[in-house]
Amino acid sequence: MAEDSPTLQYLKERLADGILDTHAFRGDQTIVVRRERLCETFRTFRDDPKLAFNFLTDITAVDYLGKREPRFEVVYHLYSMPRGERLRVKVPVPEADPVVDSLTPLWKGANWLEREVWDMFGIRFLGHPDLRRILLYEEFQGHPLRKDYPVNLWQPLVPEREVAGTFVDERSRNKLTRLKQKLAPGG
Amino acid sequence: MNPERVDLPIETMDLQMGPSHPATHGTIKFNLKLEGEKVLDCDVEVGYLHRGFAKSCEQATWTQVIPYTDRLNYASPVINNVGYALAVEKLIGVETTPRCQFIRVIMSELARIFDHLTCCGMTASELGAITAGFYMIEGRELIMRIVETVTGARLTVTYVRIGGVKHDLPFGFAEQVERAFRIVRKLLSDCDRLLSRNRIFLDRMAGIGAISRETAIAYGLTGPILRSTGVNYDVRKAHPYLVYDQLDFEIPLGTKGDDYDRFVVRIQELEQSMRIVEQALKKIPPGPVTIEDPSIVLPEKERVYGSIEGLMNHFKIIIEGIKVPPGEVYFAVEGGNGELGFYLVSDGGGRPYRVRVRPPCFIAMSAFSEMIKGRMLADIIPTFGMINMIGGECDR
Repeated sequence: MAEDSPTLQYLKERLADGILDTHAFRGDQTIVVRRERLCETFRTFRDDPKLAFNFLTDITAVDYLGKREPRFEVVYHLYSMPRGERLRVKVPVPEADPVVDSLTPLWKGANWLEREVWDMFGIRFLGHPDLRRILLYEEFQGHPLRKDYPVNLWQPLVPEREVAGTFVDERSRNKLTRLKQKLAPGG
Repeated sequence: MNPERVDLPIETMDLQMGPSHPATHGTIKFNLKLEGEKVLDCDVEVGYLHRGFAKSCEQATWTQVIPYTDRLNYASPVINNVGYALAVEKLIGVETTPRCQFIRVIMSELARIFDHLTCCGMTASELGAITAGFYMIEGRELIMRIVETVTGARLTVTYVRIGGVKHDLPFGFAEQVERAFRIVRKLLSDCDRLLSRNRIFLDRMAGIGAISRETAIAYGLTGPILRSTGVNYDVRKAHPYLVYDQLDFEIPLGTKGDDYDRFVVRIQELEQSMRIVEQALKKIPPGPVTIEDPSIVLPEKERVYGSIEGLMNHFKIIIEGIKVPPGEVYFAVEGGNGELGFYLVSDGGGRPYRVRVRPPCFIAMSAFSEMIKGRMLADIIPTFGMINMIGGECDR
């Protein structure tokens, strides 16, 4: 393997025991870090003046079902605006306990990105203020980007949600109820 | 003011705006908490256009993903094509021909002009400036005609291939572009006179939806929204791809980070994009538009029907897909709304293992409630317009 870039070398010294692996493929610097104390690790990335990865570009996950153990990897892309450098940080997450620390205390933008990872992969983020589904609806069953989620699965239509404070037109609702009773067999 | 004026008790009200609202172009829902007309809280609900882009990509071959990328940001489909193709080429480790690189730049910039004209025109017309809106739509139509001449389609262009583009630019392309730009410039100067010092337009835009530089970075905003706060970050300059480093252009910056600055940044970027296209058309070298690698690029039809090797190459690419070495890459291009990144994971097969798009307007929408909190209900329209949310890209 080729010589590590200065950033990766520095990271190895700085976070010695927190790093599981580092590599650079096609010029993309990647480090794999431990799940424990994740928020502190990212705080180092952001606040260490030699690293200054102040910009959270993206959060996503990959499901390596049957290929790797642990099954999931949460992938963060960081960018350092002052130094113009990218860094990919990967965190392995086991299937039995799919939880990682939330980065919302560090970057506000992590909020929606983490919600999307929860929605698509079912990985929970500890300390997230509002971990709801984002692209799908609350009644959806399962997490579609997991590799064991069938591509052509149809989910049943869900009944209309009762929303508190919604204006209800009593007259037309009664009319509808009467019509339904009339149409029902034996009505 | 009357000293005996008594403030009437105001009840907070929940209002659901959308998902299909005449003043928001795009299917999105705002769950608002209002006090009179003041927005106390805004919860944005996206996902109405979710169609499982990533899941679909995992079923398709590397080449078959390209039509899906058209439908991401449908206001600038070529940029999505280019971003995806460049990411796959980075993963394979190849670089396309010089002529193809210039063509990709030209088409990307035309797409950017298209995107910004749509965004600014629609926002202007939503604020009542229908005339300016129509002027910009006229300019957009001219760009659309060029795109149509080149690619054969208006919206779902699927023009870029892995390792090249579908075919060369048509005869008389440069003249058509020159003619179109002349009219677009005239239209833009008309729009400038209609809007830039227009009292109503300024009142609706200036100081509205403002966001500080630090907040913009904390939210991960990119593109015109970030640049309107004065942060000089454009992927074309920061990490030049294709031939952007050989072309002379500037990055317009704002100062206040409000809706008006976003508008001005976009309008100025239009001129820069036109400059890029003009320079690229002068510098474009002759040569092939795809690389000569039968394992990546489909052979010409004559070879498919005339030789056994051609037939086999064709069959292999169509049925098995391009063999991409195992690994993962992230590649970002400057899309219409900001940094459009593709994170690809390959397991060595003919199909992608994982395709992730970094959607700039999804991330911008996450900052929306911060932009609008404490403002008036009517401010939602220009702020949302200037975020330029494109459902296809936001919801994927």
